[in-house]
Amino acid sequence: MVDREAVAELVRNIKKQALEERDMLINALHQIQNHFGNYIPVEAAKVVAEELEVPESKVYEVLTFYTMFSTKPRGKYIIRVCVNLPCHVTGGRQIVETLKKTLGIDFDQTTKDGLFTLERTSCLGLCGVAPVIMVNDEYYGDLTPKKVKEIIENLRARGDAR
Amino acid sequence: MPLTTSTILICAGGACISSGETSVKEALQREIKKYGLDEVVRIVETGCMGACSLGPIMVIYPEGVFYQKLTPQAAVKIVQEHLLKGRIVQEHLYKMPTGEVIPEAMDKLPFFAKQVKIATRNVGYIDPGNIEEYIARDGYFALTKALREMTPDQVVEEIKRSGLRGRGGAGFPTGLKWELTRKAKGDRKYVVCNADEGDPGAFMDRSVLEGDPHTVLEAMAIAGYAIGAQQGYIYVRAEYPLAIERLETAIAQAKEYGFLGQNILDSDFSFDIEIRIGAGAFVCGEETALIASIEGKRGQPRVKPPYPAQSGVWGCPTVINNVETFACVPPIIIKGAEWFRSIGTPNSPGTKVFALAGKITNTGLVEVPMGITLRELLYEIGGGSSTGKKIKAVQTGGPSGGCIPAEYFETPVDYESLQKLGAIMGSGGMIVMDEDDCMVDVAKFFLEFTVDESCGKCTPCREGTRQMLKILDKITSGEGTEEDLEELERLGNIIKDTSLCGLGQTAPNPVLSTLRYYRHEYEAHVKEKRCPALRCKALVRYVIDSSKCVGCTACARVCPVNAISGELRKVHSIDNDVCIRCGSCIEVCRFGAISKVSP
Repeated sequence: MVDREAVAELVRNIKKQALEERDMLINALHQIQNHFGNYIPVEAAKVVAEELEVPESKVYEVLTFYTMFSTKPRGKYIIRVCVNLPCHVTGGRQIVETLKKTLGIDFDQTTKDGLFTLERTSCLGLCGVAPVIMVNDEYYGDLTPKKVKEIIENLRARGDAR
Repeated sequence: MPLTTSTILICAGGACISSGETSVKEALQREIKKYGLDEVVRIVETGCMGACSLGPIMVIYPEGVFYQKLTPQAAVKIVQEHLLKGRIVQEHLYKMPTGEVIPEAMDKLPFFAKQVKIATRNVGYIDPGNIEEYIARDGYFALTKALREMTPDQVVEEIKRSGLRGRGGAGFPTGLKWELTRKAKGDRKYVVCNADEGDPGAFMDRSVLEGDPHTVLEAMAIAGYAIGAQQGYIYVRAEYPLAIERLETAIAQAKEYGFLGQNILDSDFSFDIEIRIGAGAFVCGEETALIASIEGKRGQPRVKPPYPAQSGVWGCPTVINNVETFACVPPIIIKGAEWFRSIGTPNSPGTKVFALAGKITNTGLVEVPMGITLRELLYEIGGGSSTGKKIKAVQTGGPSGGCIPAEYFETPVDYESLQKLGAIMGSGGMIVMDEDDCMVDVAKFFLEFTVDESCGKCTPCREGTRQMLKILDKITSGEGTEEDLEELERLGNIIKDTSLCGLGQTAPNPVLSTLRYYRHEYEAHVKEKRCPALRCKALVRYVIDSSKCVGCTACARVCPVNAISGELRKVHSIDNDVCIRCGSCIEVCRFGAISKVSP
C-alpha cells in the first residue's frame, strides 16, 4: 500500500521551495521515485496529480516520456549500460552480452532476487575510459568481460535484496 | 592557512573516479598523516585534467611532476619517496612511445603543450568546491567589470564583436542571440544554460560543470545583466550526479559571497539561478524541448519561429547557451573581443574543446584553437591509433554528424569546413575508428540511437528513421539490394528537409555521409554479401586454420552452442550453420588458428 499522506507531504514541501509554481512536476517525480527506492507506484502518481492540481493524464504522459522514471519496481542495483558508439567500438558489445549472460536477464528486466535491473543508457560522458556502465550513482570504466563479472559478484556479496 | 611545502592536485573527474581515484586519495591521506606531513602537504581534488586514458592521475607542485596510472600502493610509495626524500618515482611517470620518461608532462607532453585553454582554463587546476580558488584565478572579475564599468549594451556589443559562436553544435553567433533577447519585449526574461549534454562521445560540458562550476554561474549572471533577466536555470542531465552536486555547492557559495542574489556587488542588478534536472531524454538538448522540460512537460520540441529569444521559458524572452559557450564569456569580458578574435579563424574565432574517444591512444579532453587540422588533433595531440591498425575515419558531431575519412585529415576544423564534408562540428565529440569498424554498422548504430530517442511528435523523424533502420538491418543481414541504397538516400533527404527539429533534420547525416565516402562498403554488403571489416555477423564465417590448430579442444569446450567438433590433438572444425559468431573461440585459442572470413 502506498502511504498517500507521505507522498502528499513530499509534494507540499516541494511546493513551498519552488520559485515558479508550474514547473514542479518533474522535480516532484524525481523525489517520489527516490522515496520509493527507484520507481513510482501509480497510486503515488495520482496523489501528485491531486496535490499539484493537474490532470492525471498529464502526470502519466510526463512519467512515461522520460526513461529514468519507472512505474514498475526495479532492482536494488540499476545497471545502466552505455550503448553508444564510443563504447561500442571499444568492446561494448561483449560487455552487454556478458551482463545479460551473468545476470540471466534482458534489458528492462529485473533479476528474480530483486537485486539487479539492466537498462540501456545514452552516453555517460566517460568515453575516455569506454566501455562504461553506471550502477546506481557509481561509474565503472575500462571494462572487460572479466571486470564486469567481478563487479556483479561484489555487488551480490554486498547486499541482499529488499 | 599554514605554509605548505607541496601541493598535490589529484584529478577527481568522472573517468579518474571510475578508475579508482578515491582509494588513491585515501591512501595518500593516510600515508601523509602517518609521517606527520598533513600540516605541510595539501591535497586538492580538481576537475578533469583531460588525460582520461592515463588515469588516475595527479600532479605534485612545486616541481610539477605528473604521475599516472596510480594505485593505492603507488600512492604509498610516492609519499615515502617523493614527499619525504625528494626522489621522483620513475615507474608512474609518463612514458613516450620511445621509452623516454617525462616528469613534467603537463608542460612538455604534446597532448598538454599544444592546447590553448579558454573554456577549460580552470578545469584541473582548482578545487571546484572552493569559490576562493576560482576567485584567485580572476573568478567573478568579469562580472564585477561588467556591472561597474559596462552598460548592458556594451556587454552585448563586446560578445558580438568577439565572434563567439554557440559551442553546442549549430554555431549560432552568441552576441546576436543576446542582442535579440535584449531587444525583445517582455517584463520578465530568462537565462538558460543547456547542460543536457547527450551527444555520444562528447563530455566537455560535464568536465566544465564538474571542474569549474563557478564559471558557468558567472557567465549566466553576465548574460542576465546584458539581456535584463533576473532568473536563470541550469538544465542538467540526471546522468551527471556529480555535476549536479558541484553546481549546488557552487550556487550556495556564490550566494553567500554575494555574486548571486539581490543587488549583486551593491548594484541594482539581482540574479538567481536554479537547477533543473532532466530525466533521461536526449531530445531535451534541443532548445524548445528543453524549455518544455523546464516547464515540467514532456520534452518535445515545437516549430520555430518564434525563437526562444522571443518566446522561451513561460513564453518570455530567453537566452539559451550551452556550458562551453558560457565558459568562454568571462575571459572575453576581461581580455576583450580583439584578444578572442586573435585566436582561431576569422569565421570561427576562439577555441573548441574536443572529446577524443574510440580507437585513439590519448583519449580525453583537449581544447585547441579553431582551424587546427584533423591530422594535428588526432595524431600529434591524440597520439594516433590505439590498436596498431590504421585509422579509417573519425566521426564528428555524434548522431547529427558524419564520418570523415582519413584522406580528408588535412581539413581545418571549423564550422564551415566540417559542414562542407557532410559532417558537423556538433558539440565536439570525435570518435575514432579503425579498419575493424564497418561503416554500415556504424551508421546503423547511430540510427538505432535516433529511433530510440525520437520524441515521436513529427512523422518524418518518427517513421522515417525507423524505415531507414529497417533497410540497414536488411543490408547488414545480407539481404540488401542496390535499390535499397537509393531508397536510403531518398528517405534521408526527405527526413532532413521535413523534420520538425534539429534531431530529425540531422538524423540521416551518419547514413548519408557514410554512403558518400564508403559506398563501396555498402555495395560489398549488397552485391557480394560481404562485410569487408568482418563486423556484420550474418556475413561472416568462422574458420580454423588446419596448419595452426593443435587440437587442444579449448575452443570446443568454450563454444556455447557446440558448433566446434574434433578429437584431442586433431584439427578441429566449425559448423557455421550452428555457430552464433560470439567470438569466444577466437579469444580462447592460444595458437591464433581461428579467424573470421567474409566471402
